[in-house]
Amino acid sequence: MAKRIDVSGLTAFYGSHKAIEDISMTVEPRSVTAFIGPSGCGKSTFLRTLNRMHEVTPGGRVEGKVLLDDEDLYGAGIDPVSVRREVGMVFQRPNPFPTMSIFDNVAAGLRLNGNYKKSELNDIVEKSLKGANLWNEVKDRLNKPGSGLSGGQQQRLCIARAIAVEPDVLLMDEPCSALDPISTLAIEDLIGELKERFTIVIVTHNMQQAARVSDRTAFFNLAAVGQPGRLIEIDDTERIFSNPSVQATEDYISGRFG
Amino acid sequence: MSTAAVTDKRHSTLRAASLPRWTPWVIAAGSLVLGIGISMAAGLDSQVQWGLIAAVLFVLGTFGVAARVEGRRQAKDRVATSLVWVAFLLAVVPLVSLIWVTVVRGVKVLDVYFLTHSMGVVADTEPGGGIYHAIIGSLEQVGLATLIGAPIGVLTAIYLVEYGRGRLAKAVTFFVDVMTGIPSIVAGLFILSLMLIFEMQPFGFAGSLALAILMMPVVVRSTEEMLKLVPNELREASLALGVPKWRTILKVVLPTSVGGITTGIMLAVARIAGETAPVLLLVFGNPFINNNPFEGAQASLPLYIYQQFANSAGSGAAFDRAWAASLTLIAFVMILNLVARGIARWKAPKTGR
Ligand SMILES: Nc1ncnc2c1ncn2[C@@H]1O[C@H](COP(=O)(O)OP(=O)(O)O)[C@@H](O)[C@H]1O
Ligand SMILES: [Mg+2]
Repeated sequence: MAKRIDVSGLTAFYGSHKAIEDISMTVEPRSVTAFIGPSGCGKSTFLRTLNRMHEVTPGGRVEGKVLLDDEDLYGAGIDPVSVRREVGMVFQRPNPFPTMSIFDNVAAGLRLNGNYKKSELNDIVEKSLKGANLWNEVKDRLNKPGSGLSGGQQQRLCIARAIAVEPDVLLMDEPCSALDPISTLAIEDLIGELKERFTIVIVTHNMQQAARVSDRTAFFNLAAVGQPGRLIEIDDTERIFSNPSVQATEDYISGRFG
Repeated sequence: MSTAAVTDKRHSTLRAASLPRWTPWVIAAGSLVLGIGISMAAGLDSQVQWGLIAAVLFVLGTFGVAARVEGRRQAKDRVATSLVWVAFLLAVVPLVSLIWVTVVRGVKVLDVYFLTHSMGVVADTEPGGGIYHAIIGSLEQVGLATLIGAPIGVLTAIYLVEYGRGRLAKAVTFFVDVMTGIPSIVAGLFILSLMLIFEMQPFGFAGSLALAILMMPVVVRSTEEMLKLVPNELREASLALGVPKWRTILKVVLPTSVGGITTGIMLAVARIAGETAPVLLLVFGNPFINNNPFEGAQASLPLYIYQQFANSAGSGAAFDRAWAASLTLIAFVMILNLVARGIARWKAPKTGR
């Protein structure tokens, strides 16, 4: 299940534009790691290199290594489609499939991949919706369209969809930034539960959120606009928020820039 | 006291005199009467001129009345609104009158007999006969053309939107643009030249090929637009689940846009259903029923209309048949449009709770 991520010397490009440079870090299994940093410093870009979604963008290119339990995701012969089955992703804006019902949305990953047993599908959908704390709210309308849910419910539906394929790692790119405080709290609670089973990486703009949900926090920054983003430091969340070892981190956290 | 004064002042800045809701209708009626009056006085006898004068009077009158009562800003707003209405009427009037004329003249001979009999034993100058052979021809030729043109067009659009990068995609786009501009007679001549090389006689499928050439660019263009409307986030959501790209396109992108794609195809079908020139060259026309599109000349509705007008030496019976066939063709195209709308609504992404 949950796997360790080991990144070394990772650099990512959009065409000729270098978006992030020389990033190395380790993410422990069954932990929550938060990425913080000013806009445009490459948090999303870095996150997307962890499940080979970066190359979906035209011109997207990556150098360096990402080890998932000793296997290099960018090694020769690695199929990006298989990588994405093991490293799931939740996006900033909830994006349920508009043509599908709630049930079909959750079942989408299994159905579209074609590797499931019909008899198991109901159980998996129920388990995933329960895992995303959404079951009680939708169990009576599983056949209604997913786009009829509220924003927070839609985001939890997307989380259910992502965990239904049983990934090892769950990446979340600002999953709460489009949500109200109540829905945000619901998702934060959910993250606390999910880390029992998954390795979780979450990008957030909300310092309190990083402090609340994460075990480790990584601070990214860029020297100037147009320069590539870099990892400034990664440490236990408590340390980052109480006594960071780099001055820039402290400035950012205390709100002096960014 | 002072608060009352303040509220009064508020009212005076927020509220303004406004014309009652029926004003536009009164102005429209007035300008119509005035327009007709002026035209009669000036001795103009074209009703088009009457209408245009009335339209100009309507726009000017709206501005004048609104400027006096409501002020200049509201007057400009009303003029813009009335210009839109005038443009709408200018567009609708010819359309409605066309349908009106076709219906009035078409119903004369349009009955079950007309729809179920051919012209096989009826001379073009005599009354009687029907369009069964032309309906069969049209359905077969257009159907085959759609079977060829729609899949190729949709697949091309999928290539352009989902895969196309670089030179090849640019070249394909360029050729699609060029194809959009091909006159239908040229498409017909192109197929005709092939037929001449192989020394073939006219047959229905040759017409289908030319129609498919005309249909393809239309389908490509409309499908492209529909695929571009599918948010990238849906593709990424699917890819991030570990779904291969081709399945993502098949199961997520196409279902999301299928309504619009079908509408586009139906409109392209409607367009080629009225083509005469390539059919004249390649299918030739045939008063007898020929169910086989792969051998022998066939008829088709637009060709039938043309030939009834052209070959009947001014016979009234032929004119009636031509109008009735026109009405059938218009009805066919309208039904296609309705079907397309139905499919679009039925397949549209669901938003309800
Ligand atoms: N699709 C793209 N094409 C080109 N450049 C991009 C694209 N997405 C992001 N970038 C660039 O990459 C850099 C990092 O962006 P991003 O990873 O979105 O930052 P963050 O998520 O930290 O706000 C920015 O300079 C941005 O302009
Ligand atoms: Mg981002």
